[in-house]
Amino acid sequence: MSSRTFPPMNGRGLRALSIATVAAIPIALALVFFYAPIEAEEGFLQKIFYLHVPLAIVTLCGFVLGGLMAIMHLRTRERNWDLRSYVAIHMSLIFGVGTLITGSIWARGSWGHWWVWSEPTLVSFLIIMLLYATYQPLRFAIEDPERQARYASVFAIVAGAFVPLNFLAVRLSTEYLHPRVLGSSSNLPPKMAFTFLVSLVAIALLYATLCCYELTAKRSRMLLKSRSRTLGFQ
Amino acid sequence: MVATVGALLRKELLVELRTLESVPGMSLFAVTTFVVFHFALNQNSVSGDEAAGILWVTLLFAAMLGVNRLFVADQDQGGFDAFLLAPVDRSAMLLAKALALFAYLAVLELVAVPAFGLLLLAPPLGQTLPDLLLVLVLADVGIAAIGTLVAALAVQTRARDLLGPLLALPLLVPVVIGAARASSPLFVLAHPTGPQVRWLGTLALYDLVFGLISYAVFDFLLED
Repeated sequence: MSSRTFPPMNGRGLRALSIATVAAIPIALALVFFYAPIEAEEGFLQKIFYLHVPLAIVTLCGFVLGGLMAIMHLRTRERNWDLRSYVAIHMSLIFGVGTLITGSIWARGSWGHWWVWSEPTLVSFLIIMLLYATYQPLRFAIEDPERQARYASVFAIVAGAFVPLNFLAVRLSTEYLHPRVLGSSSNLPPKMAFTFLVSLVAIALLYATLCCYELTAKRSRMLLKSRSRTLGFQ
Repeated sequence: MVATVGALLRKELLVELRTLESVPGMSLFAVTTFVVFHFALNQNSVSGDEAAGILWVTLLFAAMLGVNRLFVADQDQGGFDAFLLAPVDRSAMLLAKALALFAYLAVLELVAVPAFGLLLLAPPLGQTLPDLLLVLVLADVGIAAIGTLVAALAVQTRARDLLGPLLALPLLVPVVIGAARASSPLFVLAHPTGPQVRWLGTLALYDLVFGLISYAVFDFLLED
């Protein structure tokens, strides 16, 4: 394999992205703690909203993005798309665990229970996490690398399409027992909405940066392997 | 296409008739599960939401047995290779397998639903049967579409018996929601009513979306 098969190591892009992330997160945190007003009903606890909701949005977008990249992989047969799809789903799984934990803390604080079945978004999210938790067991139970990439892509497409449909079904099934505080960002006061948007950007930047680091690491490892093979080490 | 699907379906059903590997096991599993539920819940008869839940959990888990076995013979005995050698559309395999799985589910329900009525269900089954039949058909289409796709995915892996249900159960949660909510008003004691349209709609939407997705991606599982 020549080095041409691997795109450049995205060194410069990676540096810019890292700096942007390192800058965005403290700004978002400062806005959350010092700029956004304390919510009248829930008090200080409501601040977790600025972490939980962006995490959830980024996770779900990552899952759907992984599905779109898998479509590209099946259409072009380029291993790079499969690698991107894998990294997107892997990172989303990690962010998803964060979403479940912050959601659980929020539910405990505002409703008194760690888990609330009547909150459709939380329940749908759990089902989606359970589904994606089988992505890696499925992938690594297939030995042939070409078939592994192909089967993982098929899974990523089916699961990506499952995300919106599952939300619809679970939402239909739940009677709203709890008043939906801050259900959509459209009715947020402007200060809160601004803070929320900055947090969303910060979390999305973090996601993108971590994905780029993982991609670069994986590509370097592949490059090293192929180089050491051509040089005769092994 | 129709002739190919017909031939493949005929082969599937013939193999099942001669080996009796899936359907009797699925039916027996369902009946045994009803007995298990009787003891686990310590109840002689159930109705409403509880009855719908027991029926759908049982049917879903019994279906998993069929899903797990769906492609095993093709994988172990070279059926895939023989099929790939034939100059026919590969989607025919999906359609034939899904139709075969649908037929297995129909036979399973032919045993399991009367057994459920006899063993556990408090209200009589007779009046609500046409409505229940509609729910069963809509749910079976979804289970057959996703079940076939998942079976084809899992059969090539090392841990195929484990991965099949692990993949299929979360994917089938919307079917369980739709089917259980649609059938619970049929099982209430006082005045059973028909299923709500929104649940039938959910099931139909699921069938449509995942039927099309399975059709779109299945070809990629058969390339070698």
